[in-house]
Amino acid sequence: MQELTYPFDGKMILKKSKKLKRALLERQTDFLEKRIAVLGGSTTHDIIRILELFLLEQGIRPVFYESEYAQYWQDAMFDNPRLTDFAPELIFIHTSNRNVTDYPAPADTKERVEELFSEQFSHFRVMWDKLADTYHCPVIQNNFEYPYYRLLGNQEAVYIQGRISFLNRLNEAFYQYAREHENFYIHDINYLSAAYGLESWSDPLYWHMYKYACCMQAIPAFAHNLSLIIKSIFGKNKKALALDLDNTLWGGIVGDDGPENLEIGQETPMGQVYAEFQAYLKAQKDIGVMLTVNSKNEEENALAGLRHPEGVLKPEDFILIKANWEPKSQNISEIAQELAILPDSMVFVDDNPAEREIVQLQIPGVAVPEIGTPEQYVKILDRSGFFEVTKLSEDDRKRNEMYLANAERKKQQAQFGDYREYLRSLEMKGTIKPFEALYMARIAQLSNKSNQFNLTTRRYTQNEIEAFAADERYITRYGKLADRFGDNGVVSVVIGRCGAAEDAAAYLQDGQTARKTDASADRSVLHIELWLMSCRVLKRDMEYAMMDSIVEACRARGIGTIMGYYYPTAKNAMVKDFYAVMGFEKTEKTDTGVTSWRFVIPADYAPKNTVIAVEKESV
Amino acid sequence: MSREEVFEKLNEVFRDVFDDEEITVTDQTTADDIEEWDSLEHINLLAAVEQAFGMKFNMGQVVSMKNVGEMADIILSQLG
Repeated sequence: MQELTYPFDGKMILKKSKKLKRALLERQTDFLEKRIAVLGGSTTHDIIRILELFLLEQGIRPVFYESEYAQYWQDAMFDNPRLTDFAPELIFIHTSNRNVTDYPAPADTKERVEELFSEQFSHFRVMWDKLADTYHCPVIQNNFEYPYYRLLGNQEAVYIQGRISFLNRLNEAFYQYAREHENFYIHDINYLSAAYGLESWSDPLYWHMYKYACCMQAIPAFAHNLSLIIKSIFGKNKKALALDLDNTLWGGIVGDDGPENLEIGQETPMGQVYAEFQAYLKAQKDIGVMLTVNSKNEEENALAGLRHPEGVLKPEDFILIKANWEPKSQNISEIAQELAILPDSMVFVDDNPAEREIVQLQIPGVAVPEIGTPEQYVKILDRSGFFEVTKLSEDDRKRNEMYLANAERKKQQAQFGDYREYLRSLEMKGTIKPFEALYMARIAQLSNKSNQFNLTTRRYTQNEIEAFAADERYITRYGKLADRFGDNGVVSVVIGRCGAAEDAAAYLQDGQTARKTDASADRSVLHIELWLMSCRVLKRDMEYAMMDSIVEACRARGIGTIMGYYYPTAKNAMVKDFYAVMGFEKTEKTDTGVTSWRFVIPADYAPKNTVIAVEKESV
Repeated sequence: MSREEVFEKLNEVFRDVFDDEEITVTDQTTADDIEEWDSLEHINLLAAVEQAFGMKFNMGQVVSMKNVGEMADIILSQLG
């Protein structure tokens, strides 16, 4: 809802949080539930209250564990049945410069300062190590904000005895730890407090009166910023920008004014503003954001505008350009369809409030920021955090190339009469193997963001994925696919548990009981707990190649039967009959629409995939 | 702003913060009279009151305030 999208009115949110929460819970039912432990070094009550709103807004329904006042370290370090029972899926450590227990004094020697630094840093490091060992879940840690007074004045950051120098060094050590540990993320309150205004942020009244590390009014900004990391970790980032052209990417109307009269480039102050905005957008491609155009224009005018010599964005920076006179909501639906993403993973940017309103009303879930005036565009998009980076993976950087390659493939497809012939012409090479260390992050990421081609829509953390890989009862497969236009990376994941035939009843519910009790030593049936595929490789026969690999793995273990399950969601109707297509027979259907499917591996099973050359496990 | 107007505005703030349209505060109202008004909600309440009246309580005032009547007195003196 608009009340919770940046730029928001924090004071209103604080005041009306109860009403907002009610509205959020009424609006949606299919939330992603997550258990989040908040371990505080100061009061956390209102942070949790407001964080809940921003997470609900992102489709995540949190259940919170809150440490007793300032018990973050004790909670983490010592046996803690309450936290163990809670089984957190994410831990947030809320500390601030008030939690640094010992600062250097001006008279301290270099050795003494080093000693203090190492004491203070190891206090945190041992805690992080312990948390990783015990809970195997993502950890988010605040860095340190600057103190509100400076004993050494302007030299506070220069002298190693100064608090700013000390905190800067601690922060750098925190960042280094984050670089070296995959499941560890920094919540940058140092930047946030600067952006908010340090003087208001660290109003000492709130510390001395209520033991809050920042002022009450800053809590919405704080909670919003934190929610961005959490939703990104849980796969709720947006994927694509749909951009208007006239008065959004340049000043003026290309159809009326002509491309030569547009405001873009270094000639005028307004032209510079638009050029900076274009440069900001172009850089989004490097973090895997897909750029598209959604503009009311003749296509040739749109292209002429984009070819403006002073412009930063060029036609080839966009994966799709929709310049026509159709309603923009319709264009958004079509763009989503052509990119094989859901409309709610798009962000629509338009200077015209009327266009924004129509899109907002017509397409639920699409983000439509109120971007203000041209000089505010960058700030508003940036602070909205639609594409919050938690993992800068090779895959993200390549995503634009991959989609462009897809467009090339479509052109090729048109030239072939026979689809098989076309598939063969792609010279596809697949790699299908049990989960490997190198791909755990990507596999977890896929499990969190695949909605459409996903039979059970189970979401897993990286630690859970690693646990499956190490568990002998499980058969795991990831699939990579490359062709002559490019490498798609890891695109398919299957996880199956070897169990007894009777376990099927539990899987028709949710499979939890089958897994928890795991009573029988009978391992004669493979129950498929997860089967997903990225939509960018639909109709490439990759699913057949995965099936072949699973059958082979079953045979190696003497398993003769495979059970598949389909749990319907609002988004996965495309795979309702997937198992029928794979040759399974339907065995049961529950009232809630869950279906189970059986495949008895025939002695003369012939590989279903004939178009992808698969590199297999070397056993 | 008259004392009556202050109370009128305070009622609005209380109703928003405690999400209860029935609340009407008087000079004698204290935290004991409103079920959800605990020490944690108190912080939120004060922040909302400050925003509504465009003023700030200092620490001394926060510590000594005994009931809504005293809150209104402080608001009136600040707006003075």
